[in-house]
Amino acid sequence: MSVATTDATTAGPPQKKAPKKAGLEHRPGLRRWLPYALLAPAVVLELFIHIVPMLVGIWVSFVKLTRIYIANWSQAPGAGLGNYKVAIDFDNAVGEGLLKSFGVTIVFSLVTVGLSWVLGMAAAVALQPAFRGRNLVRTLFLVPYALPAYAGILTWNFMLQRDTGAVNHVLNQLHLTSDRPFWLIGGNALAALITVATWKLWTFAFLTLMAGLQSIPNELYEAASVDGAGNLRQWRNITLPQLRPVNLVLVLVLFLWTFSDFNTPYVLFGTAQPPAGDLITFHIYNASFLTWNFGTGAAMSVLLLIFLMIVTGIYLLVTGRRSRRA
Amino acid sequence: MRETRGFKIYRGVVLAVLGLFVLIPLYVMVTSSLKPLKDVQGAFTWWPSNLTIAPFIDMWKTVPLARYFVNSTIVAVAATVFSVAIAILAAFAVSRFRFRGRTTFTTTVLSTQMFPGVLFLLPLYLIFVNINNEFGLQLVGTRLGLIITYLTFSLPFSIWMLAGYFDSIPRELDEAALVDGCGPMGALARVVLPAARPGVIAVAIYSFMTAWGEVLFASVMTTEANRTLSVGLRQYSTQTNIYWNQIMAAALVVSIPVVIGFLLAQRHFVAGVTAGAVK
Repeated sequence: MSVATTDATTAGPPQKKAPKKAGLEHRPGLRRWLPYALLAPAVVLELFIHIVPMLVGIWVSFVKLTRIYIANWSQAPGAGLGNYKVAIDFDNAVGEGLLKSFGVTIVFSLVTVGLSWVLGMAAAVALQPAFRGRNLVRTLFLVPYALPAYAGILTWNFMLQRDTGAVNHVLNQLHLTSDRPFWLIGGNALAALITVATWKLWTFAFLTLMAGLQSIPNELYEAASVDGAGNLRQWRNITLPQLRPVNLVLVLVLFLWTFSDFNTPYVLFGTAQPPAGDLITFHIYNASFLTWNFGTGAAMSVLLLIFLMIVTGIYLLVTGRRSRRA
Repeated sequence: MRETRGFKIYRGVVLAVLGLFVLIPLYVMVTSSLKPLKDVQGAFTWWPSNLTIAPFIDMWKTVPLARYFVNSTIVAVAATVFSVAIAILAAFAVSRFRFRGRTTFTTTVLSTQMFPGVLFLLPLYLIFVNINNEFGLQLVGTRLGLIITYLTFSLPFSIWMLAGYFDSIPRELDEAALVDGCGPMGALARVVLPAARPGVIAVAIYSFMTAWGEVLFASVMTTEANRTLSVGLRQYSTQTNIYWNQIMAAALVVSIPVVIGFLLAQRHFVAGVTAGAVK
């Protein structure tokens, strides 16, 4: 009986910061060092694989690290801001390439995130009321997400082949094109990238939005129906505002993922990237590992990081302010 | 939402369009894996000229697929086991203890999740090369290097998700275990872990999927000796012929374990993944 009452008092919104002294903390000796011991393996690994490499990367961006110095990097001569100057000198080939790649990536990210969100929302709303076969459809829609990324992209690679692929076959059958366009080289590469990335990504938007929809109380819709609001009005006036917190995080996460997408261009194009499909991560990768010019590659990475941090910061500021006003 | 006629039409259209979008590639993958080579070298056909399982047999000979399979399995299983174990310990600390540095730890770990991989790739490669020079421990071109890297990739999300699961387990249960004479680790093993089993399963699947599907680091950190499937599957197209039927067969075979695992545990997994965005 007493257990039930204590349960009831601790229930409610799940909060990580439960300040009550938990049972494990009653033991003064343990309390001090045990949590650190428990964290130690995770901290060591995070330092080794994430934090230290990031600091090393910043350092590398300030030295002339070419193939000769890879094994004895302490001897690499300093470059000052040289690597950055090369990376953002838009009059020379390196800087121009980076700028173009940046532009391509912006377009790619905005379109892919937009499409993924629209498709995810459309499907989540369509599956909102229960119907026979809903679970089956949901499971089917999850498959592109569950598939290893390269397996799905390889299939698209095959489908996008000019002479043997399914895409041109379908387009010809529907009389949308009479010739057979190239998809993996030339100007169509961006469209190909967007299609494939959306195919993988929209499912995640769908999953998240569907979970969000489930948390909207049904009474809201019932009340709106009584007031005579149609489905579209209900979507605009109930679903969208209620999903706002979900959408804020979802769009940011989708953007960060898409902007640094490497798998799609790499598996789709290999190392011969068409300029129209030269996404920034892929561009930095090629700049570093094909030319072995690590210093410039590191400078580009740092610039990418700064850009993503600024975008995230502005995004959080703007959306945070609007939330407060609302 | 009312199921008006308009809504039913809308649902029909959405399901048809998205169903085709999702299904066509999967259909192409499956049927192409059952085609003879000449079918995938000529114009596309929806159905094999004659059904054959030869690609599923030949794919093992065209490239050393079995070796890639073994490499991927060892790497992914080891990364999963260590990652889950380390995440359990860290999540237990975050969920059950208040200590200095707790917030710093959680925010730092989570933010590393958001950074693009290419940022770490190049420095990590350099660090691995230099560790080899200094200490003779080879990490580039070995499974060990991949295991360490991949297990760290899945750590942030795993810790975060497990801490959430642990938080939902009443602390009174811990106390009961302590009263019964268990230490904190006993409480973790006997009370918290069994109650959090769905979370542990979801995290394990997530870790496995991360390691099994990783491409970027595998493309730099692997040589012929430790090549994993994610890079190995590309070898079919560097030959004089592109064996698309075998590529599709191999893609299908490497996908089956993860897809089945994912679909079996999808409820736990989906709850965990989406909880993050909803919170």
